[in-house]
Amino acid sequence: MAITKRESAALAKRAAEGGGVFEYAPAPESIDHIKIQPRYGLFIGGRMVDGHSKKHFPTINPATEKKLAEVVEADEVDVDRAVKAAGKAFDSWAHLAPSRRARYLFRISRLLQERSRELAVVETMDGGKPIKESRDVDIPLSAAHFFYYAGWADKLEWAFPNRKPRPLGVAGQVIPWNFPLLMLAWKIAPALAAGNTVVLKPAETTPLSAMLFAEICMQAELPPGVVNIITGAGKTGSLLVTHPDVKKVAFTGSTEVGKLIQRAIAGTGKRLTLELGGKAANIVFEDAPLDQAVEGIVNGIYFNQGHVCCAGSRLLVQESIAEPLLEKLKRRLSTLRLGDPLDKNTDIGAINSKAQLEKIQGLVESGVEEGAELYQPECLLPERGFWFPPTLFTNVAQSYRIAREEIFGPVLSVLTFRTPNEAVEKANNTPYGLSAGVWTDKGSRILWMAERMRAGVVWANTFNRFDPTSPFGGYKESGFGREGGVHGLLPYVELN
Amino acid sequence: MDVRKTYKLFVNGEFVRSESGRAYRPDGKVNVPRGSRKDMRDAVRAARTAFPGWAARTAMNRGQILYRAAEMLDSRASQFVDLLGGGARARRELDQAVETLVWYAGWTDKLSQVTGTVNPVAGSYFNFTIPEPTGVVAIIAPEEAPLAGLVRRLAPALCGGNVVVALAAESHPLAALTLAEVMATSDVPAGVVNILSGQRKELLPWLASHMDINAIDAAGCTSDEIKAIEESAAGNVKRVIKITEEERSPYLIAAFMEMKTVWHPIGV
Repeated sequence: MAITKRESAALAKRAAEGGGVFEYAPAPESIDHIKIQPRYGLFIGGRMVDGHSKKHFPTINPATEKKLAEVVEADEVDVDRAVKAAGKAFDSWAHLAPSRRARYLFRISRLLQERSRELAVVETMDGGKPIKESRDVDIPLSAAHFFYYAGWADKLEWAFPNRKPRPLGVAGQVIPWNFPLLMLAWKIAPALAAGNTVVLKPAETTPLSAMLFAEICMQAELPPGVVNIITGAGKTGSLLVTHPDVKKVAFTGSTEVGKLIQRAIAGTGKRLTLELGGKAANIVFEDAPLDQAVEGIVNGIYFNQGHVCCAGSRLLVQESIAEPLLEKLKRRLSTLRLGDPLDKNTDIGAINSKAQLEKIQGLVESGVEEGAELYQPECLLPERGFWFPPTLFTNVAQSYRIAREEIFGPVLSVLTFRTPNEAVEKANNTPYGLSAGVWTDKGSRILWMAERMRAGVVWANTFNRFDPTSPFGGYKESGFGREGGVHGLLPYVELN
Repeated sequence: MDVRKTYKLFVNGEFVRSESGRAYRPDGKVNVPRGSRKDMRDAVRAARTAFPGWAARTAMNRGQILYRAAEMLDSRASQFVDLLGGGARARRELDQAVETLVWYAGWTDKLSQVTGTVNPVAGSYFNFTIPEPTGVVAIIAPEEAPLAGLVRRLAPALCGGNVVVALAAESHPLAALTLAEVMATSDVPAGVVNILSGQRKELLPWLASHMDINAIDAAGCTSDEIKAIEESAAGNVKRVIKITEEERSPYLIAAFMEMKTVWHPIGV
């Protein structure tokens, strides 16, 4: 849309006066086309069935606290039924012509694209993330992930030289609430491509996109039992991963729960991959393009309300540019729009749950108590729902909890450094090792830093970027195993 | 009258007595140091200190050092054959151990070419994935094949740039303790390989729960031991490697590696 010279001059003047915040009219995404059932069963053996468990729990919209639907709290019998269904389907799925397996996955990918708007809206309603993120990131990446692994299904022997990869059996997969459909895709696509069958449990606060995915499996005429989806909380997840017929466990979530799972399945011979927490350093050197870096810092920590395991939650900025950078960053924070996640202009949506909000509040309080300096832009929070303003801490010592613990919220801790070696030292000073960011104009410095980061993903002059071809996963206590790329197949095959 | 050798632990490039001051006699004759928790902690600290330097060695340099270890081992062949009980079987084991070192020496500069990738991401980034060593690896040597069994695990771990704290086979530790002399004369930097002897029952829980060990190779363990190791390993999300196949393979090297993915911007 063209603007006149006069309008443009007026805008420039306004921006120069520091009042460069555009007023936006509300632009809510329509929800008319969304059909959410009042109550969902479990997806077992190719169809939706009632739970053996008569217990149900609500899933709410965290932006309104209104109930969206009820789902089953699957019990031991339900878990067993789902695992049995997956076990029954395994033989024929594993022996199906690989090119046919590929076609099913291609179909699923296409169906995800066809129903993308519906999925995006449901994802946003159930999880609280801005519609522009679910629409532009979560759903397209989910479809892309299925498309990528679809292509692998009949090419596995090219992925592992000198080996004949074989599937493992039933995979039990437990996923988090921050990227519900995308995490489902990361789990299910490689498992199916390699010839495994799955039982997946979505997080208790975000089960709805998985329920829609169950519909998509039916629409794709995926053979019954190849994908099973059960709902529930931690107890259900624990029953799933410890079920004796589950040969492979894949978990994405907190390091705390990851450790519980590793302990729980000790000695069982189950294969395990864990994608756990993080406390990533986002490192800005003095030669970095500052405006671009500011956008990257914002994207690194305020994307998805900071509910990102690889979030750039520790900003390490070179001392010489700390002042101008922080000034720019604070100005940028004041222009972030917080509010209705369904509004297409919203930058920061709702915190996923009350429990998560309380955790964030607790950690932010600890930051203030320990002596860090808090900055929050003026920001009106809606009355209902769970919200937290974009937050920035300066004067942070490495020993503070906000610099050590994963907050999983829109809270950034700012630290400074003088030399590249100091940046390396501080960045690696954490038990986590999922990701890191480096901002500099110098290519050789990017690679020098990348070499030294003890982290599975290093972004240079960007952050929080994902691609199905790009392996993702952690060092140290951020877990083991990779998702994405050819490396993402390895956890789902037997090579001996 | 011969001058007998005192068997010692190998920690930080030095031959040391056990802090415990205790010994055991697996063959009823020779005193073997009974390594303690403190010895193990010293070894882990030495390994951690040596890690950045070893990981940063060029691939070719690591290959040359592993090959040098093969040379040194082969040059002492008759000593090792004796330690392994003599005869054709002992000879075969020695040959296997030498061959394993030579084979992995040739992998150091090929691993990233076989297991690394360049990833065609949607966007203007040069995106690549390379294997990097996971860090400090504990190796529990299998009781059978006390030399070849240990070398089969040690070589792939070192090949990728990891540093090692190895626990010798409890019932036949002499070959492993003598392998330390091979390492000490092969330009392996101090702390890169540490070899302890002692009682598995006593040391396993401490190895499995040590917060500065990144991975533990439990191929030489019983299923009960593996269960206990995995329970403790969860404390710091250790990688527990259980590949038991006899075969040598780059997949085994990769089991000791982390895959790192880098997004490098493209632009003018």
